[in-house]
Amino acid sequence: MGSRVEILNDDGYRSDGRRQFELRDITMDLSQRGTADGSAMITHGLTQVLVSVFGPREAKMRSQTFHDRAVLNVEVNIAPFSTGERRKRNRGDKRILEFASAIKSTFEPVVQTNLYPRSQIDIYVHVLQQDGGLLQAGINATTLALVSAGIPLLDLVCAVTGGVHSTSPMLDLTTLEENDIPHLTVAIMPKTGKITLVTMETRLHADRFADIFKLACEAGQVIHKEMKRTVRARTRRLVDAMDLGIRSSAGTGENVDKDVAMNEPE
Amino acid sequence: MPRPPSPSIPEKEFTYGALKQGLRLDGRLPLELRTPTLSFGPDLGWVECAMGKTRVLAQVDGKMVKPTPERPLEGIITINSEISPMASSEYEPGRPSDEEVTMTRMLDKVLRRSDAVDKESLCVQAGQRVWHLRLTIHCLADAGNLLDCACLAGIVALKHYRRPEVEVVGDEVTIHHPSERAPVSLSLHHTPYCFTFAYFPDTSTQAVLDPSLLEQRLSAGVLSIALNAQRELCVVQKAGGVPLAPDEVLRIVDIAVQKAKELNTLVERRLQEDWATRHVEVR
Repeated sequence: MGSRVEILNDDGYRSDGRRQFELRDITMDLSQRGTADGSAMITHGLTQVLVSVFGPREAKMRSQTFHDRAVLNVEVNIAPFSTGERRKRNRGDKRILEFASAIKSTFEPVVQTNLYPRSQIDIYVHVLQQDGGLLQAGINATTLALVSAGIPLLDLVCAVTGGVHSTSPMLDLTTLEENDIPHLTVAIMPKTGKITLVTMETRLHADRFADIFKLACEAGQVIHKEMKRTVRARTRRLVDAMDLGIRSSAGTGENVDKDVAMNEPE
Repeated sequence: MPRPPSPSIPEKEFTYGALKQGLRLDGRLPLELRTPTLSFGPDLGWVECAMGKTRVLAQVDGKMVKPTPERPLEGIITINSEISPMASSEYEPGRPSDEEVTMTRMLDKVLRRSDAVDKESLCVQAGQRVWHLRLTIHCLADAGNLLDCACLAGIVALKHYRRPEVEVVGDEVTIHHPSERAPVSLSLHHTPYCFTFAYFPDTSTQAVLDPSLLEQRLSAGVLSIALNAQRELCVVQKAGGVPLAPDEVLRIVDIAVQKAKELNTLVERRLQEDWATRHVEVR
């Protein structure tokens, strides 16, 4: 099978000008969206995913709740304009259901659900743009959204994709690369270095698998650093804003609502 | 939706206690497979696979269709699998449950997307006629590890199936009835086998291969690996569940490689035995 586009050229550059182990640009945005309790938008290169988290809140269906823990409910919406060929997928699509159940089962052991008995946490995943690494973006965005909703987690789950082109492993694949080479997604819990999710769908020799698997575990740590920085910066901003509110209300001596003060700098 | 009855506390504690000592209720070793029994039906491509009390029936049939315009040179394979309430009272007809979605997708990945069947060899006339293979999987009974059993039944059915020979002269296609000319087997690139390992909440307990229904219910996560005897992994699937150390995953891969080789010899032997009982007349 000859591919038209060179995946890795002789100088060690990939089709989008990256090196083998280079990740794409990551942007993480934790700003408030609508009435969601927590939301996050993440972009890995051209892949963009928005996740909104609602809850813990009372479940719509009482029968679905558990007496000793909260239930995670994941719903995935893939925008029809997110891919090159415009195509509407219905909600019953097996691939979407699998994607949702992968996110759900990744976060079930990580979210401390036992703190919220008889309640439900809704996670809505919106895929806005797809260019490879969909599951990776989905998991990373969900982690951030859960953090911004203030839901206690055991660790930040960091996911990364990797692939092997003949014998050279590479990280964070684009659609072009995903279509051509065997690839896998690994989600790690950086504190313990343990693996919560690993999926691979294409044929790959067991030895090659070991290489790329170890590499992906390392790359997860890098994403973790980036996540931690984003969360810290966001929290710092919120704390600063609160300080400002307290100071301004104390200065004027009036009993001003903190939220109002927060919206007016100075 | 009725929830499956959870095992009673004494049952749970007993099983966990036994597993911690490396003992299983059915007397197997932790990494021992229930030996699969393969029985073949009167038709080619009709296979019943039983692992312990788990039973799956797989059946392949082929017909000639017009290919899709996007892939004029490739045959079509579809996999029908539905878990009916027949397998176990846990399954309901109607909306697919999580297990069913996982199983259907795994079957699709293991048997179809891993390129086990050479799709181009199913093409008769480019853009005009191709073979459409339909693999139907019936789950007859679920006593744990339905997925591995279904994958095994599916791949053996594909290996067992033989399609009628076709002759193309100009634009005319003649399909020879099996009684006229010996039917030909499908060309398979490789034979993937699926292995499922179950993990338990207590991390000092060893993982078990081919979990029984009780073990599956008590497990805190499963890892499924599909691979062939040539050490090529086709699917690795661990979604959620208890977190594992990276070395553990690689250790499991090595074990699965061993098991795939053993299973491959068994399958080849059974297929040969069956083939010996069939009379093929070549005129």
